[in-house]
Amino acid sequence: MLHLKDIQKSYVEPDGSILKILDIPDFRIAAGEQVVLMGQSGSGKTTLLHIIAGIGQANSGQVCVAGTDIARLSESRRDLFRARTIGYVFQTFNLLAGFSALENVLLGMTFAGRHDAARARALLERVGLTRRLSHKPAMLSVGEQQRVAVARALANRPKLLLADEPTANVDRGHQQQIIALIRETCREENVALLLVTHTTEVADQFERVEHLERFNQAVASL
Amino acid sequence: MSLWKIAWRSIQQRALASTLTSVSMGLGVALVVAVLVVHAAVTESFRHGAGLGYDMIVGAKGGKLQLVLNTVYYLSSPVENIPYSYYKEFTEGKFKPYVEKAVPCCLGDYFEDYRVVGTTAEMFTLKPPHGQPYTCAQGEIFHPDDFFAAVIGSTVARKTGLTVGSKFQPTHGAPDGHQHDPFTVVGVLRPTGTPNDRALFINIEGFYLLDNHAKEPPEPEAHADHDHDHAADADHEHADHEHAAGPAGSVLADDHDHAAEPADHDHADQDAHEHGHDEHHHHKPLPENQREVTAILVLTASQPGIPPGLSAQPLVKQINKGSVAQVVLPIREISTLLELFVAPLELLLLGLTVLIVAVAGVGILVSIYNSMSERRREIAVIRALGASRGAVMLIVLLESILLALAGGVLGWLLGHALLAALGPWIALETGVSIAFWQAAVLELVIIPGLVVLAAVVGFLPALVAYRTDVAKALVAAP
Repeated sequence: MLHLKDIQKSYVEPDGSILKILDIPDFRIAAGEQVVLMGQSGSGKTTLLHIIAGIGQANSGQVCVAGTDIARLSESRRDLFRARTIGYVFQTFNLLAGFSALENVLLGMTFAGRHDAARARALLERVGLTRRLSHKPAMLSVGEQQRVAVARALANRPKLLLADEPTANVDRGHQQQIIALIRETCREENVALLLVTHTTEVADQFERVEHLERFNQAVASL
Repeated sequence: MSLWKIAWRSIQQRALASTLTSVSMGLGVALVVAVLVVHAAVTESFRHGAGLGYDMIVGAKGGKLQLVLNTVYYLSSPVENIPYSYYKEFTEGKFKPYVEKAVPCCLGDYFEDYRVVGTTAEMFTLKPPHGQPYTCAQGEIFHPDDFFAAVIGSTVARKTGLTVGSKFQPTHGAPDGHQHDPFTVVGVLRPTGTPNDRALFINIEGFYLLDNHAKEPPEPEAHADHDHDHAADADHEHADHEHAAGPAGSVLADDHDHAAEPADHDHADQDAHEHGHDEHHHHKPLPENQREVTAILVLTASQPGIPPGLSAQPLVKQINKGSVAQVVLPIREISTLLELFVAPLELLLLGLTVLIVAVAGVGILVSIYNSMSERRREIAVIRALGASRGAVMLIVLLESILLALAGGVLGWLLGHALLAALGPWIALETGVSIAFWQAAVLELVIIPGLVVLAAVVGFLPALVAYRTDVAKALVAAP
């Protein structure tokens, strides 16, 4: 489902020096597989997720998602590909404040060229928000907001779900619920999952746990 | 979910700023609407007023525009007079073949701020091509023999409270001038939407009998004629002489001096006067050689086989060639007035109001642009959800267009509501009637114009949205 090959990403520092962030010769996730990615702060986890999602671009290498090298797509095609194939759950939820829970989910469908209100409702019911469809984010609890974010990420039946520390802003009591929800829904929809976390308790629940430092040669060379 | 809805939600999220921005746009648009509608109404009113059922105005040589403003619109200062004998050329003399109707007008008197027009009942047989025919809402048109009878316009009736049976005293030369003898209102005209709504029409025979309205009788040579007339028609001319010989040339020399009544006056006629003018019934008409008219309203006769515009050409040439009078074509003069003076002024006014709208447009720019920094993350999220750069740019442009359109609709309603609210007052003061739904053709340009303006002012913030670095905006602190 996901195959990263020879991914290199570096930034130019203010003093003109080059800071290499990512150097990943090979990394794969199979269809429906659930993988935890751990790493130190600043190690490039979010940068890697952005590259996989096509939000950011690597300096070189291939990013194959469902058989398509998104690095070779034009920006507009990459946007459409992302909308249709990749779901993204942000650490800070990033729900749009002016939209209701249902509209936030529908918004995710808009740019994929789909409008399936029944599925949006079903997803929100699946995450336990049947009675919160018309609530704006400010009227939802933190846990409820994150559940809306999960429903939005899965709205377009993606093949790959990227979750960037989805429980970082959730209290311990809700952490487990969120993780369970993400894993269950991904399993039900046969969606591959790459979940970034700092929390060992979360990571321990996954069969495959990857540490960025172990396959990112840029970190090794620092 | 459409991009329109996404843009609308964004506007809702910043409700206060959006409302204020739209209201400022609305005020600008309301001004534009007001200027356009008033411009259209004034232009229509002038053109409409210029076609009151006659082709030309004949008056003393001098300012053509002044003659039109004075005669048609009862504006501007009074003009010089022409001899009554000249008027007779239209009814009985050499100009008669060219004329279907010729109505004399004597101006110079007022009642309060309204013009008093001495004329004949034929004035009310003229048929304005676009206006209402002259009919009375109350009473009737004065009878030619009822010298001190008057018919008043609808606005005058409303504003002054005069009604059938009321008496009023015209003042000489100015609203605060010397008060003349009273006239009795015998009819109130229905509203015509013309300047005539703001005038009082008195029987020309009564007008001539008022103080200072008779010109001096002819000098020595004329005196001989006078004597001759005495010999020929002693009773009649004696009476005339008495009336014209009073102080300051007043034709009401005896001021109801019954001793001066003509011997042949038929007192039995008194009963026939229906409007209570007993005090005037005994007067004889002023001799024609002491009469003048301010203007003659001429409806030219159509000549077989000759286009209407050309049939009167010989008449126009003949009059203009002479030294007594000139012909003025009111429609041409008003068109010239509108083109030379009114149109540029209104264009200037329109330009200023458009400038106000443009400033309001800049307000939209500032409002959206200022919101861009706080919306950078929101834009990044939308991009992360799969929106293209073009899509987020379009959302911002739509937001700008929606704000402008909301302001446009608000302004249109506000502008028309304002004019409708002020309509009765404007009608009373100027004779120009404006209703809520009265629209100007140029108003059709407002909405497309606003869309273009919104697209222009929305371009800069839209460009900011277009250039948003998604990755940076997502990792930035919320």
